[in-house]
Amino acid sequence: MAGSVSKKWVQERLHRTWCAGVLAAFAAILPMPALAAEDAAPPAASADKPVTATPDAGAAAKEGAGTSAASKDQVTISVAYLKQLRDRNPPLSLLDMPPADEGIAGAKLAIADNNTTGKFLNQSFKLDAVESANVDELIKAATERNAAGVNFFLADIDPAGLLKLADALAGKPALILNVGSPDDSLREENCRANVVHTAPTRTMLADAIGQYLAWKQWRNWFLISGPQPEDKILAEAFKRAAKRFGAKIVEEREFKYEPGSRRADGGFEQVQQQIPQFTQNAKDHDVVIVADEGQLFADYVPYRTWVPRPVAGSAGMIASSWHPALELWGGTQFQNRFKRQTNRTMRTLDYDAWLATRVVGEAASRKQAGDFKVLNAYIHSPEFEVAAFKGVKTTFRAWNGQLRQPLIVSTPKLLVSISPQPGFLHQFTELDTLGIDKPETKCKAYIQ
Amino acid sequence: MSPWKLPLMSLLVGASLVSADGTARAYTVYVSNEKDNSISVIDSEKLEVIKTFKVGQRPRGIILSKDGKWIIVCTSDDNIVQVYDAKTFEFVKTLPSGPDPELLILHPDGKTLYIANEDDNLVTVVDIEGGKVISDIPVGVEPEGMGMSPDGKVLVNTSETTNMAHFIDTTTHKTFDNVLVDNRPRVAMFNHDGTQLWVSSEIGGTVTVMNPADRKIIGKVSFEIQGVAKEAIQPVGVRITKDGKKAFVALGPANRVAVIDVATLKVEKYLLVGQRVWQMYLTPDDKMLFTTNGASNDVTVIDVENLKAVKSIKTGRYPWGVVISQD
Repeated sequence: MAGSVSKKWVQERLHRTWCAGVLAAFAAILPMPALAAEDAAPPAASADKPVTATPDAGAAAKEGAGTSAASKDQVTISVAYLKQLRDRNPPLSLLDMPPADEGIAGAKLAIADNNTTGKFLNQSFKLDAVESANVDELIKAATERNAAGVNFFLADIDPAGLLKLADALAGKPALILNVGSPDDSLREENCRANVVHTAPTRTMLADAIGQYLAWKQWRNWFLISGPQPEDKILAEAFKRAAKRFGAKIVEEREFKYEPGSRRADGGFEQVQQQIPQFTQNAKDHDVVIVADEGQLFADYVPYRTWVPRPVAGSAGMIASSWHPALELWGGTQFQNRFKRQTNRTMRTLDYDAWLATRVVGEAASRKQAGDFKVLNAYIHSPEFEVAAFKGVKTTFRAWNGQLRQPLIVSTPKLLVSISPQPGFLHQFTELDTLGIDKPETKCKAYIQ
Repeated sequence: MSPWKLPLMSLLVGASLVSADGTARAYTVYVSNEKDNSISVIDSEKLEVIKTFKVGQRPRGIILSKDGKWIIVCTSDDNIVQVYDAKTFEFVKTLPSGPDPELLILHPDGKTLYIANEDDNLVTVVDIEGGKVISDIPVGVEPEGMGMSPDGKVLVNTSETTNMAHFIDTTTHKTFDNVLVDNRPRVAMFNHDGTQLWVSSEIGGTVTVMNPADRKIIGKVSFEIQGVAKEAIQPVGVRITKDGKKAFVALGPANRVAVIDVATLKVEKYLLVGQRVWQMYLTPDDKMLFTTNGASNDVTVIDVENLKAVKSIKTGRYPWGVVISQD
């Protein structure tokens, strides 16, 4: 029976895909006036009023286009994705090789999602990706596009480059959405008023792990960090998490290595000797925490430690904004849509970029507008919220523009838990138990 | 009171619910178990499971045919709708759907079925007798909630990521209006005289009540429960009594059903039920409400007159949808 069922389904599906295509084509060529809406109304007032639109081309033709009180022209909103081709060592595992369209594919899916909604509201969304190894070229491209009317820029750029971009676009009608850097300083002492962040910070990620380990009562941590500056900052985030959640760093070591070539025929023999020796004679610990942001050695640690202990941090159990096997909260359909579009699973950068692009789409549909001032003010307002397959609404922190969201604690194949863990309470929202909270913020660019 | 204590209580209260009222009738309650690929059949008089039978993969939305002879269930992971005999529980046939069918609703004529395909941005219209797709209606991203006006003229579908209630003309199969609601709308429900449409927003944490005639918003129901994080209050299932006076809203991981006075749109009471309560169904006499509690693998039976949870009944794993026979 199963065979015939699936065959029949495939036939039905082919038929329907064709129908949908035809309908979509009609929708595209016919004028679609929208009955809208309180453009300039303050958010509190408009939240209770209906915002309606009529996409039905037939009905519109009958009534005559433009007869509606508030019919509007098609609004097109462009989003530019700025991807810095960074000079990074490839990760250890062949499974972790970043695809060329990493991040961009997520933004592309959100554009498609925004357009499905947009067809009911007479709005369309476009994506324009610019890639370069040279940050100045990206900034030039962004400035040119901004002059030509593009207001939203997704940035997958290192911290120094991002600051340069933010300063180049300062005072212009432009909002930068940081998808590519977990650097806390970009949200703190170096925060910029024209930047919001969908990528979680290092402190948020470390706290997500820290809370789970606190729940497990694995309180004694052996912290291993790599020699890169980012590894040191990540190690600091874990130390901060330990202090916050009652754990103790009983031993701290730096794993010095020469990255060299990623792969050599063989090579494992040396690693198999090296890691046990490196972890020998550490003080009694419950768990090994590895801080290796570039993924250059962390995956060597599990199963090779001197004493048998679980590994978390950059390998073993990790924290992230997304996981390719997450199926909670409607995640299955979201993963399926991405796979159909991209022919691979969704990575965290794809998710962060999807979310950033959805922020733009959500603002446009809620405000029934494409005007930058209206959208930017709404995105920065306490009314703004966006659903992101996280079970709860995600919102921006008003003091530094960081998106607050639940984070996923997982092993390579499966979800382990979601942080914040139950029981970590907060005066305003438990999501602010992850990362730097308002009383500690060093951000001055946002009005407190 | 913990939901685990409910079974003990029910020995006292549950018994009186039936015996005190000589007119109470035994209905059959069908619950789809998402994780077990099965349907639990409950006798509403005995308040116990009388039969469990296997169905396709990941059963979710469940309804009965107009004559009550068929159980029609979305078996989401099989990308199809299955039909079972409501008395013998034998497999009857499959009906086509789009990928990942989730919720479905019947036209009052009993002939036409409307299915929300969560994975395809389409509502599929199926002729039940012929088992054929009549039409596909493009809607927003992740269609889910399905509401039918009592006169059968208007179908309302909600799209979870587009955040709209799409008003569809059931004769032309075209959307004629789209109303933005709060984030992640899950369920659309008309009241019995068709003067109100209720749409629950899971992530927005609200229920929007609108007038289907002009799509103007009448009001919004908000929820607040002491000791429960506001993020955990996630409205999903909505049921309204036939007299139009009371509405029930299932609040997901808040583990409560809110009782709302329709006249004022104010919450009267929160009833503690099992964990992650999503879908609900009223018995035809409006005396009992059955709720599916996904995370605690049970249904809670609520005495509607006294607004008390009277019993929890163990089902299969992750009970999702529920429907009750008319006689």
